[in-house]
Amino acid sequence: MLSPTILIPAILNGLLTGAVYALVALGLTLIYGVLHIINFAHGALLSAALFAAFFAYRLLGLDPYIAVFLLSPIFFAFGYALQRFIIGPASGGDDRNMLLITLGIAVVIENALLFAFRADTRTIDVPYAFKTIDFGFTFLAVPRVVGFVAVFLVALVLWLIMTFTDIGRAIRAVAKEKLGAELAGIDVAHVYAMTFGLGSACVAVAACLLIPNYYVNPSVGNSFVLIAFTIVVLGGMGSVPGALIGALLIGVVESLSGLFLGESLGQIGIFVIFIVVLLVRPSGLFGERV
Amino acid sequence: MLDQKFPISRRQFLGTTALTVAAAATSSMAMPSVLRAQGALVKLGVLHPVTGALSYSGQQGRLGATIAIEEINAAGGIRGLGKIDAVLGDAQSTPDGGTAEVEKMNSAGVACIVGGYASNICLATTQAAARYELPYVVDVGVADTIVTRGLKNTFRFGPGFGVIAKTALANLATINDQAGKPAKTVMIVHEDSLFGSGLAKLLNAQLPQHGFQILETIPHPTPTRDFNNVALKIKAQNPDLVIPANYYNEYVLLARTMQQQQVRPKGIYSVLGGAASSYKFVKEFPEAAKYIMDCNHWFDPRSEKAQALKKKVEGKDQFFTYEVYMNYSCVYLIADALQRAASADRAKLTAALETSTFSGHVMPYGPTKFVNGQNEGAAPVNTQVLDNDIKVILPPAFANAKPVFPMPA
Repeated sequence: MLSPTILIPAILNGLLTGAVYALVALGLTLIYGVLHIINFAHGALLSAALFAAFFAYRLLGLDPYIAVFLLSPIFFAFGYALQRFIIGPASGGDDRNMLLITLGIAVVIENALLFAFRADTRTIDVPYAFKTIDFGFTFLAVPRVVGFVAVFLVALVLWLIMTFTDIGRAIRAVAKEKLGAELAGIDVAHVYAMTFGLGSACVAVAACLLIPNYYVNPSVGNSFVLIAFTIVVLGGMGSVPGALIGALLIGVVESLSGLFLGESLGQIGIFVIFIVVLLVRPSGLFGERV
Repeated sequence: MLDQKFPISRRQFLGTTALTVAAAATSSMAMPSVLRAQGALVKLGVLHPVTGALSYSGQQGRLGATIAIEEINAAGGIRGLGKIDAVLGDAQSTPDGGTAEVEKMNSAGVACIVGGYASNICLATTQAAARYELPYVVDVGVADTIVTRGLKNTFRFGPGFGVIAKTALANLATINDQAGKPAKTVMIVHEDSLFGSGLAKLLNAQLPQHGFQILETIPHPTPTRDFNNVALKIKAQNPDLVIPANYYNEYVLLARTMQQQQVRPKGIYSVLGGAASSYKFVKEFPEAAKYIMDCNHWFDPRSEKAQALKKKVEGKDQFFTYEVYMNYSCVYLIADALQRAASADRAKLTAALETSTFSGHVMPYGPTKFVNGQNEGAAPVNTQVLDNDIKVILPPAFANAKPVFPMPA
C-alpha cells in the first residue's frame, strides 16, 4: 500500500477530487463565510445547476465548458433574485429565519426537480469523458484535470473581485460591520444579493465542470454540501484561498484515509483534520483571528 | 420597532408562511394519491419509495404496477368484482414512511398491498400489514427474513437473496469451467449496507469452495464520489475477476473509472449488480458496459407478453427495468388470486395466494408454488452485455445468447 505506484496516484486523485470540492466550497464561502447565511439550499442549487448543464447539452447541444458562460450569469441572476426578493424580505435579517428559509428553498427546489425530471440518474457522454492523460504510472481523466485547472481560475477571479472591486470591498465591509457599512452609504440589501448571486454563479461553474465526469439527480448536490461546509470552516470563513487550499487538503486526506482505512472509513480522516485544525487554529487555516 | 411580544412582523410572518406553503405544496406533489377507476370495487394498495434515495426504483415499480392495473381495468377488471382502484402510497425511502402508508391503506380498506421495493422497507411494511391480516405481495425485497418470520399475509413472487446468491455462484463456476477455468483470483467491491455487506460475506465464504482465491474485499459507502483509489487497488492486484455489488450510481462510476484507468480483468461478474442489467447503462456507456455479466432479476426474453410490455414501457420513454416487470407480474398474480377467491375478503384472498399456480406471466420462473410465502419457482438468470444489448446467457432454458468469457482484449 505504501508503494509509490499507488501512493502518488492516490495523492494526485485526492487533489483532483479536492478541486471539485473547492468549486462547490467557493460559492459557499461567500454566502456562508462572508454573510453568515447557513445556506441549506446550496446543495439543491448545485443539483439545479447540474440539471441546467445536462439540458444545455441535451437540448441545445452546448458543451458544458461552453455552457458555463451561459449558465453562470443565469444562476447569478437567480441567486440575486432569491436573496433580494425571498430570503432577505422573509428573514428580516434574523439568522434563524434565514436558516429556515434556505431549508424551505432546498425542499422546494429538490421537489420541483423531482416532479419535473423524476428521480432518474442522468449522465452526459461528451467525447472527452473517457479521455485520459497518461503519466506513465497513472491515468488522469481529462474532465478532472480541466476541473483542477479551472478551479484556480475561478478562485483567482473571485479573489480579484473581492480584493480590487468596489463590490468586493462592499462585501467585506458588510461582512465585518453591517451597521457601519450601512452608515457609510452601502446598500446592504444589494450587497447581500450580489454575494448570493456570486455564490450561485460559482455553483453553476462547479456544475458545468462536474457534469462530464459525474451524474445528476434531484438530490445529488447534498453529497457535496457537508464537505463544502467543512472546507469553508477549515479554510477560514470567507477566505477564497482558504476554501481552495482547504478543499485540496480535504481531497488528499480523504483519498489517503480511503486508501489506508478503507473507502467506508475515508471520511474519518476529513473530520480528524477538521477537529485538529479547529483546536489549534479556531479561525481556520486562512481565517482572520478574532 | 417590533412589539417585544411579537418578535416577527406581519410582513415577515406572511413571507415565511407563503414560503412554507409553497414548500408544502411542492412536496405534496409526490405524496400519496388515489387513482380512481370508475365504478371501482377492489382497492389495491400500491406502495413504493417514490421520493428519497430510492425514488427512481420506486417510480419504476409504481409504473409497472399501474400499467398492469390499467391493462386489467381496460379488459373489464376482475371478473365478478369489477375494476381495480389503485391506492398509491409513498414510503419515502424509509421503513417508517412505508409503515405509515400501510396504516393509511388499511384505513382506506384495500384488499391487498403490492410493493415495498427495498428489503428494510418490506420488513417493516409486511409486519404492519400482518396486524390487520392484510395480504401483502413483496415486489423485490430480497432479504430472506422477509418470508421466514412466519407472517401468513406475506408473499414474495420473486427470488430471495439465498437463491440468488446460490444460483450466481453455481453459474459463475459453470461459466468459468466451460471457458477452461481462466479465472482463479477475485476482487469484490461492495457497498457497505445490508445488501452489499451480506453479499460480500456470502461470497467470501463460498467462492473458495468453487476454487476461487479472493485477493481483497473492498467496501465503500453510498454515495461514493470517487472510485479512483479502488481502481488503483484493483489494477495493482490484477485479479482475473472483479465482482461489484453496489447500487446504480456507484456501479456506473466504478465501471467508468475502471475504463479510464484501463483496468481490464478477464471478467466483471455482478450479483444483483446495480447497473449491469440496466438498459440505461448499456445505452449511455456502451464501452464501459461491454461484456459485463450479472445474476439478477430479469424477464423471459422469449415471452411475447414480456416483449410487448417492454415496447409499451419504452414507448413511455422509460427504461424497461426489473422494478417494472416485477411489479407488473405481482399485480397480475394478485388479480389471478382475486379472480379465484371471487372476493376481496382478506382471508379468502390470502388463501387464494397461498394456493396460487399463476402462470403465463413475463418472468423466467418455474411453476408458481408458495411455501411459507415464498414462490419456490422464482429464480434469477445470468445476463451479459453483448452487441449493445442485454442477453440472457444462463439458464439454457431461457438463454438467447452464449456467454463470452474471458472478455476479448
